[in-house]
Amino acid sequence: MEKKVEYNTTELMACAASKILEDGKSVFVGTGLPIIASALAQKTHAPNLLIVFEAGGVGPRIPMLPISVGDSRTFYKAAMATSMDYIMSTAQLGYMDYGFLGAAQIDMYGNINTTVIGSHDRPKARLPGSGGANDGGSLCWKTIILMGQDTRRFVEKVDFLTTPGYLTGPGAREKVGLPAGTGPYRVVTQLGIMGFDDKSKRMKLLSVHPGVTLEQVRANTGFDLIIPEKVTVTKPPTEKELKILRTEIDPAGMVIGKS
Amino acid sequence: MDVLEEGKGELLAWHDPDEHRNWILENKSRSLEDKRMGLKEAVDKFVQDDNYIAMGGFGHIRVSMASIYEMIRQRKQNLIMAGKTAVHDIDILIASGCVNRVEVAYSFGHELRGLSPASRRAVEEGTVKVLAEISNAGFQWRFKAAAMGLPFIPTRVMLGTDTFKYSSAKVVKDPFSGKPICLLPACYPDVVFIHVHRCDKFGNCQIDGIMIEDFELARAARRLVVTTEEIIDEERIRNAPWRTVIPFYLVDAVVEVPYGSHPGNMPYLYYSDEEHMAEWLKLSRSPEGVKQYLENYVYGVKNFEEYLELIGGVKKLNYLKQVEQLRAPLKAPWAER
Repeated sequence: MEKKVEYNTTELMACAASKILEDGKSVFVGTGLPIIASALAQKTHAPNLLIVFEAGGVGPRIPMLPISVGDSRTFYKAAMATSMDYIMSTAQLGYMDYGFLGAAQIDMYGNINTTVIGSHDRPKARLPGSGGANDGGSLCWKTIILMGQDTRRFVEKVDFLTTPGYLTGPGAREKVGLPAGTGPYRVVTQLGIMGFDDKSKRMKLLSVHPGVTLEQVRANTGFDLIIPEKVTVTKPPTEKELKILRTEIDPAGMVIGKS
Repeated sequence: MDVLEEGKGELLAWHDPDEHRNWILENKSRSLEDKRMGLKEAVDKFVQDDNYIAMGGFGHIRVSMASIYEMIRQRKQNLIMAGKTAVHDIDILIASGCVNRVEVAYSFGHELRGLSPASRRAVEEGTVKVLAEISNAGFQWRFKAAAMGLPFIPTRVMLGTDTFKYSSAKVVKDPFSGKPICLLPACYPDVVFIHVHRCDKFGNCQIDGIMIEDFELARAARRLVVTTEEIIDEERIRNAPWRTVIPFYLVDAVVEVPYGSHPGNMPYLYYSDEEHMAEWLKLSRSPEGVKQYLENYVYGVKNFEEYLELIGGVKKLNYLKQVEQLRAPLKAPWAER
């Protein structure tokens, strides 16, 4: 019989996100959970995952969790320490396979808001803005979104469209001039993993996390989420993964300590 | 070229390329001159009220924080700032009332540490205006267009979004591919501060680690103030000229400020001071706390040297050096639950 492994939601999301990344591909990361998921992938199934930071770090041997997308940990023993122009240009060229994004709001096409809640000129809440999100979301082949799921965040219409998902549906990205064949790929939340329907480009549930019901997913989604007949259960974190997260990647608990 | 769509954000720090060339002709010296001066003098001389300012570095990394504190001490007013992943710099410039307008790629946040209470409050209350939105790649490409002496640069970011609608960019039909493409206007900031590891007295600079967007920003700047950890002999520059990332003729002032990036990170020298950041994030939750921070760390001291004493002096600076070299554990009180 398997021993019951204790973990928090953040750890579960980190493990789920890490499994999406394939070995031998590149990932464009920000701070926090994305770098944790990428570092975990590198230490488990994807040793040849190329981690790239927008501020200029290419392929570092990350010794501890960076606090900033440009801090010295992001290019520690790296293959290259370069410029943002260099990184963003290579993304525009098609070298970045995966891009990680966070979001305050998301809609059914994976369009993301990180700019304002309320109106732009008189915001109820001002958020940091695009940062490199619009760039990653425009230029990476596949973007992975990590965020909390509830009806304030999974909304019919985002208050501000900071970063493009599939915009208004099939063909819309190409029509506005975004690189062909790019777009959101997965959304990982505390409840489950979502993908996007090939034809309609609408968000579709792929798996629920252990103990989560379809009803919970529906109740925390403010738009019509596609729920297929076959929905799997997300594989829970293993003891080995948790040990790497807690002792090697974020021993101070800066990110995974928060659930 | 047909303009398909125009952003409604305010076009900031743009010049006709010929007008800018003439400005360069009249204002920038090509002669090898000793440009050393004090920080007080450099800020007083080159920062005018209403200027558009941009800082080298990124987030908490290699930002000329000493210049930020000096601008606040001199109570500069009505500045417009490039929020090109601006973190502590823009937060305290807004909190102190120096900056009242912003072009935003990333602002009002402290990355992993959370959001910035003081500058968010200012935007939500309407005392600070966001004049335009942009993305990080977009900002540095605006500087790149300026660095090339061009009116704009074509890119494939921002298309189809509100980030574009609130920017100063335009979408046109690309005459080669026939596809829509986003044109970002050049951005020539009035004043730029870049903190470097070392330079000579003429302003030939070396930087260790990532360049971020400083290749572009140094050329885009009208006035460029270089603050440096160390001024070195000209011969050391000339023995390794391939290491010069900013040449002297772009530079207007050279200011020696050891630890000038504190409380930020200076790669290979010292890590960010997370205890100081935690103090600011806590204090800045209220206007009274902001006042207390500024009185204590900025107005209450004469210069950056006195500030360094106040934040913990040699003992603290040595500790930050050890953290950078992975020889001491990081203390980050903001991360404690």
